[in-house]
Amino acid sequence: MGHPQNLTASRRAFLGFAAGGLALAGTSGQARAENVKTSAKIVILGAGAAGTALANRLADRLDGARITLVDGRKRHLYQPGFTLIGAGLKPANYSVSTTAQWLPRGIDWVDESAANIDPEARTVTTRGGKKLSYDFLVLATGLKLDWGAIEGFSLDMVGTNGLAAVYAGPEYAAKSWQAMDRFTDEGGIGLFTRPATEMKCAGAPLKYTFLTEDYATRKGSRGRIEINYAAHSGSLFSVPIVNEKVRMLFEQRGIDIAYDRVLKAIDPGRRIATFASPEGDVEMPYDFTNVIPPMVAPDVVRDSPLAVQSGQWLDQGWADVDKSTMRHIRYPEIFAIGDIAGVPKGKTAASVKWQVPVAEDHIVADITGTLSPAIYNGYTSCPMITRIGRAMLVEFDYDNNLTPSFPGVIAPLEELWVSWLMKEIALKATYNAMLRGKA
Amino acid sequence: MKDLTLETLLAVFEEMFGPLLFWAMVAVAAIITITFVFVLIRDRSLEGRTLVRAELSAPIGALAAIWFVQFMTNSGYSDVGGPVDLFVLLLTGVAGAVGLTILVYTVLALLPGKHPRQN
Repeated sequence: MGHPQNLTASRRAFLGFAAGGLALAGTSGQARAENVKTSAKIVILGAGAAGTALANRLADRLDGARITLVDGRKRHLYQPGFTLIGAGLKPANYSVSTTAQWLPRGIDWVDESAANIDPEARTVTTRGGKKLSYDFLVLATGLKLDWGAIEGFSLDMVGTNGLAAVYAGPEYAAKSWQAMDRFTDEGGIGLFTRPATEMKCAGAPLKYTFLTEDYATRKGSRGRIEINYAAHSGSLFSVPIVNEKVRMLFEQRGIDIAYDRVLKAIDPGRRIATFASPEGDVEMPYDFTNVIPPMVAPDVVRDSPLAVQSGQWLDQGWADVDKSTMRHIRYPEIFAIGDIAGVPKGKTAASVKWQVPVAEDHIVADITGTLSPAIYNGYTSCPMITRIGRAMLVEFDYDNNLTPSFPGVIAPLEELWVSWLMKEIALKATYNAMLRGKA
Repeated sequence: MKDLTLETLLAVFEEMFGPLLFWAMVAVAAIITITFVFVLIRDRSLEGRTLVRAELSAPIGALAAIWFVQFMTNSGYSDVGGPVDLFVLLLTGVAGAVGLTILVYTVLALLPGKHPRQN
């Protein structure tokens, strides 16, 4: 042991250091704004990413508000995980949790779906006949995958006859992987598509195409495989600079593109897909295809006065909101966030992360009688997987500007391992933190 | 990223590892760091011989850290695609090397009979 005097001195110095550290830790926390007291009745339709995140943030910020979440689904699905499940990199349960585990204390969860909205009377009626009145209504219903619009296709076929449907849910994504695994063993024609409607994560159809090509290359079967991508319009991706990059990568990887083809029917017996095109119906053969149906607003919004009344989305029925504030155009006490919102490019979990604080701030400002400066600029992000182990971290806004989070460090149009690590390791944790209102 | 605050970062790490494991790891790291600082203050300097011996473990720490990151993901060395990837890989190695060196130095310095200022 050292000299007793030395030891005393060191101990004092050490304790001083520790105390200093603690003091520093104490000051690093952010000072929390005081809660807003209110008796407002807030009804949120949908307990997906947007509804759950907003419920947590409002519960945290408001004191005395009556917050009711309406959703009949017992399972919460982490949808950004579907591509990884569909590529055999994660099991089906990777995306599954319960709705209940994310909900804050002190809110009411009505576990039924909403059947009717009356914005004049400010009431929502559930499928079970429960009538809820509101001061603020938030639409976070998500969207409807219109499988019925693809003639000849039904979900029970997924996993057989070369049919994949990654969007349909974690179990179907797992079955899709079985079909992709078989296809990349045996060879043939892979056919990839996307719908002409607005859709959630418009990068996912491209990612799945890249992943299939990558598996074939890794397995040594690439020479026996032809890959065709049927684009719904004249481009692969709505952001021109990203579109051009993907087009170049497709060319490098030997993926052929057919433009202006919208899937309308599948003949699983003959393995033929029929597309609508400017030249009329076109048939394309496949041995493996990932079916992605048109996406529309759920009936409860689509059949209500809240849906868009004119323009390109008339038949899709998205909620008619201001794209900067997420506030309804005709009913100022109503907001829409997530997939249901009638905004361009806004159907990803990343969009949700940016939209939720904006809607939250406007609701709280309304309650306190102030104005909120919060604006959503259309930010969204797409970790565009180009092969297992690499991705491009593509982020952009309404105006097709690239908006990199790490400018000069993580290049948005470069295939990087770091971007893959973010997708595989950090994304789900960030998503979960967002659900809890912490990110 | 929007509002990448310390609070957000902590929330994300809590979700990544689970709150118990995460804070346990933070506690272990804090204890090692505080013990290291204690040893520094006690000895009034870095003891050269102990440091050299501790540094022998650095390559093991570096390799272990890189191996751990590879083990956690469906990716490998062939996926390193740009300068930032190489940088992250090197940073992982450096973190592992420094971490293990500090740990080994602290343990060696605390071993009975190894006190450099003993007279």
